Amino acid sequence: MRAPAVFLVLALPLWLAAVPLPAPAASDWAGVDEKVVEKFAQEAGRPPREPLINTDRGDLLLFVFLVAGAAGGFIAGYCYRALFPPRGGRKG
Amino acid sequence: MVTTRRVASNRRLRRGLFRSRSGIGAAALVLGWCPPAWAMHISEGILPPLWAGLWFAVAAPFVWLGLREVRRRSGASPHFKVLTGLVGAAVFVISCMPIPVPFTGTSSHPCGTGLAAVIVGPAVTTVIAAIALLLQALFLAHGGLTTLGANIVSMGVVGAYAGWLVYAGLRRAGFGLVVAAGAAGLVSDWATYAATSGELAAALHGGATFAATFSAIAVAFLPTQVPLGVLEAVVSGAAMKFLLARRPEFVGGSPAGPV
Repeated sequence: MRAPAVFLVLALPLWLAAVPLPAPAASDWAGVDEKVVEKFAQEAGRPPREPLINTDRGDLLLFVFLVAGAAGGFIAGYCYRALFPPRGGRKG
Repeated sequence: MVTTRRVASNRRLRRGLFRSRSGIGAAALVLGWCPPAWAMHISEGILPPLWAGLWFAVAAPFVWLGLREVRRRSGASPHFKVLTGLVGAAVFVISCMPIPVPFTGTSSHPCGTGLAAVIVGPAVTTVIAAIALLLQALFLAHGGLTTLGANIVSMGVVGAYAGWLVYAGLRRAGFGLVVAAGAAGLVSDWATYAATSGELAAALHGGATFAATFSAIAVAFLPTQVPLGVLEAVVSGAAMKFLLARRPEFVGGSPAGPV
């Protein structure tokens, strides 16, 4: 288990360090749904419509992302605790 | 004879399960707050109505099968609901993680459905993906209600089943669980984007051939998804190694996969 964990810990900084390096296309880091999906859709005359409830406004999206990340992490941790109790009994 | 330690362990597990008895419900609630995943989701309104309806029809039986599987296994295993909650939350986090890919200038997200299919099975993974995609479409301005069927098919059906089939096949061929899980993660990621390419090409090829449009879209995905697929393979393999070390009963060890 240690080997994969060590690999991931070492690989992550290398991956992040490589991100700012020059990219062949415009480096705006847009998602592939814009770069690929919507691009082809626009060319085919089927541009995307505004969603029913649009949260992509200002910092609202950032807030939603933060809440979702915190909630997801909490849920995962809660379930993890139930499934993988500490070895040797409860501590602390 | 049940030992004192096992009784205490079972009691702790039942308390944990009782407290987290709505693991699936909580995960569904969390998935509702899943922020936009900047990746393979087809946005609202892109697909013509006929194609949108077709993909709903394709997705529906798989979702139904998944719900039936959830009900069956909830009764059969005390761990199942909590494990599904954990897997659901993990898929949510993974699919909401836009990862900038070096040298490409774009970002995308892994899918997590390959690993989920290995742990809880492809049918349940379809349900997990469907919940996430529905709530994203409703509340998070990502994906779309009209394109929900297509997104479920690509991520929850093709991604999940492709990953699981690769996993099962490699296990039958004698490969280890870690290698098989890593391959499942890789293949499910690539299969998801291949399916998305197919869905878009089928609906939008216009005067060009389906094959030409499919190739153009798939090639456009390649620079981002090749490295992310490899990343997903590494993470899936590492997760399997962890499960084998701590709770091997969750992954069964059989070619069919999880308990």
